[in-house]
Amino acid sequence: MKTESKIAMGLAALLLLGLYYMPFWTISMSAPQYPEGIGMYIHIDDVTGHGRHDLQNINTLNHYIGMAEIHAEDFPEFEVMPWVIGFLIALGLIAAATGSMKLVITWIVLMVILAIVGLVDFYMWGHDYGHNLNPDAPIKVPGMSYQPPLLGCKQLLNINACSWPYTGSIFIGISFVMASGVVWYEKFKKKN
Amino acid sequence: MKKQKTKTLRGLLLGGGFVAVAAFLFTGCPSQQGMMDTGDAAQKVYVAPGEHDEYYGFFSGGYSGQLSVWGLPSSRLLKVIPVFSQDPETGYGYSEETKPLFETSYGFIPWDDSHHPHISQTDGDADGRWIFINANNTPRIARIDLETFETKEILELPNTGGNHASSFVTSNTEYVIGGTRFSIPYETDLDVPIDSYSDEFRGALSFIAVDQETGMMDLDFQIVVPPYNYDLGRAGKGPSADWVFFTTYNTEEAHTMLEVNASRNDKDFIAAVNWRKAAELVEQGHGETISAEYYHNYYEGKQGYAINDVKDQVTILDTREIDDEFIYYLPTPKSPHGVDIDPTGEFIVGGGKLATVIPVHSFSNMLQAIEDGEIEEYIDGIPVLNYDATIAGEVENPGLGPLHTEFDGRGYAYTSVYISSEIVKWSLETFEVVDRIDAYYSIGHLMITGGDTVDPDAQYMIGLTKTAKDRYLPTGPKQNHPAQLYDISGDRMELLLDFPTIGEPHYAQAIRADKIVDQVAQIYEMEENDHPHALLRIADNRVEREGNTVHIYMGATRSHFRPDNIEGIKVGDTVYIHLTNLEQEWDVVHGVAIKGANNAEILPAPGQTKTLKWEPTRTGIYPFYCTAFCSALHQEMQGYIRVSAEDSDVDLAWRTGTN
Repeated sequence: MKTESKIAMGLAALLLLGLYYMPFWTISMSAPQYPEGIGMYIHIDDVTGHGRHDLQNINTLNHYIGMAEIHAEDFPEFEVMPWVIGFLIALGLIAAATGSMKLVITWIVLMVILAIVGLVDFYMWGHDYGHNLNPDAPIKVPGMSYQPPLLGCKQLLNINACSWPYTGSIFIGISFVMASGVVWYEKFKKKN
Repeated sequence: MKKQKTKTLRGLLLGGGFVAVAAFLFTGCPSQQGMMDTGDAAQKVYVAPGEHDEYYGFFSGGYSGQLSVWGLPSSRLLKVIPVFSQDPETGYGYSEETKPLFETSYGFIPWDDSHHPHISQTDGDADGRWIFINANNTPRIARIDLETFETKEILELPNTGGNHASSFVTSNTEYVIGGTRFSIPYETDLDVPIDSYSDEFRGALSFIAVDQETGMMDLDFQIVVPPYNYDLGRAGKGPSADWVFFTTYNTEEAHTMLEVNASRNDKDFIAAVNWRKAAELVEQGHGETISAEYYHNYYEGKQGYAINDVKDQVTILDTREIDDEFIYYLPTPKSPHGVDIDPTGEFIVGGGKLATVIPVHSFSNMLQAIEDGEIEEYIDGIPVLNYDATIAGEVENPGLGPLHTEFDGRGYAYTSVYISSEIVKWSLETFEVVDRIDAYYSIGHLMITGGDTVDPDAQYMIGLTKTAKDRYLPTGPKQNHPAQLYDISGDRMELLLDFPTIGEPHYAQAIRADKIVDQVAQIYEMEENDHPHALLRIADNRVEREGNTVHIYMGATRSHFRPDNIEGIKVGDTVYIHLTNLEQEWDVVHGVAIKGANNAEILPAPGQTKTLKWEPTRTGIYPFYCTAFCSALHQEMQGYIRVSAEDSDVDLAWRTGTN
């Protein structure tokens, strides 16, 4: 691997550090009574509100339809994810230092697998959150479930919920593109 | 018969002629209404649904005792802030937290008459930290903070009868002023004949220091002055910022039938007080400490019960006993009401309510007159300056009964004229009237947006009038007092809107919304709830008995109370329901009311704790419920309290959630 590629791969790994400082996903909700909006951010180790008290207010609203309360401590993912990302950063740095193309490709494959696993996990949580409703809920709408959208917007009773990647995901994206660029450059560009 | 008719006709014609001539004499030219294009006016006041107004307007409630908040120019009522009168709507003055605010040296007083709101200032400009307002009847000053729009502090003023010349602030809110409208004896509870007026009665000018961090008021000193009526006051600006000015009437020292007896002198005075010098004299120990009883009511923390700090002395400066000169009298025709200082700080405008001119003193002339010793006489050690030496001009033909003046910062002054019911605009350069417009009807104060500062915005003007008569759909013999909104951005004043208000608005203030809108709180942070009886976690809800006193620590959240079933209360108990609204969402309010409680509701804002005192006198089952339509299941937000006989052995118990 050329030095430029090694540097690029190192930077790609280091970009993931951003995930420790910013959320990578957001769920925004709007309703007639919430002109200011209400919503939550998902970090690798936490879930927080857009506003200081949004999480509490979302839980208050959701209890009417029997949805479970959201508390960060209920998510084992938040325990695991910082370690997984840490491992990826370390592996990426090793790949950069050694210049091993195998490691770079392994790293990219791991990223893809992780993204798929993450989305599946997110979908399963959303399904459970939206379907596993308290039978004592005051408001029951026959046939209605409240699974938030995986990606995009969805009308749930009076609330329009939108689910989108957030700033942290931009770092993941750039990191992925850079690592892929290294592979492309080393494998194909150099041969021409 | 025919002759009789002719005589009557002639009489009528003659009478009409006199009235016409009199009107002409008093008002000069007939009122010239600006041509009003009503379509244009409607557009100027239209603020589309969901859009915000450009200004916050704060109107005194007068005999309602409160302070109303308006959006200008739409003139929509935004809120009524309860200040000096109990307000069952919010539980203000009924909850245990707010009741102490109403305590005075005369006990609990549920009502007062609020007159002159004034926004705190920095460098002579309104800064929107706090707004002060005076109580006229039982003399007090209140401070309202403009984060929560709630009354946070009330200070009683001793030695004062009718705190009318109040609550105006100095350029950097160093002081809020108070002044006695009715002179009274200084010695507390002195029982003397009323006709000992000139010997025993004295006036009091109060200087209340303001803590720049907390806004907390402290009566620094009072100036003992001759027993006149001190009517209104204003602080100077710029070069005159170290001075405050008070109008006086009744220099005749009448104590009966003032209508006649206090209107004899051609000139009364504007008292010019060098407050900085007075404060220095006090600091240097020239003041005298006398006993006085007055209450200072305030909150110690962010929440909790207001406390009563009972003061027992006050420092006075008596002009008869101090050689240094710090106060001067400026002779001013004739029973002046308002005294207003232009944005440059140079012109001191008196509203001689019985005068045929508007007298304008010059501050620099005044300093020169003091330096040149242009003194006519001394009254109780106070130099009376020569009128001709201080006067800068007299505005002719101002109409009849000029009261108050505000300024646009573009060289013009606007004076409200009560008897001829109009506003006159005049030039500060030529002292000539340039425009006049009718007021509906009998105008008192007027207010210019951003006014009484060094830098008025002068987009709009509000006229605060005393009677509505036929202006709106009639609502009986007693109607609400009106206000008019004028556009003053052009050469001519233009009437835009005429709307009813609450109580009797005297003075008002308006500040650009963008100066305060970002500081307005949306919730009380639960994390900062320092109320001694707050329920910080809903799981801690409980009922505690201490002898005959029962404390219920109750929480409210959409859509239930915890606890909502309570037993073991007995007739003869004093029950305190401490309701914490655990919501942390803007504008989500819960209230509680109990059947048969001789009290109002309480209505805590999100994150707030309020306490309702209840003394059940009959056994039985008492439903209580949330008074605010808080949520879809608001109707379900209810509970029961069982009250048993005094000697019953029902145990104290509380529950939620198990049917």
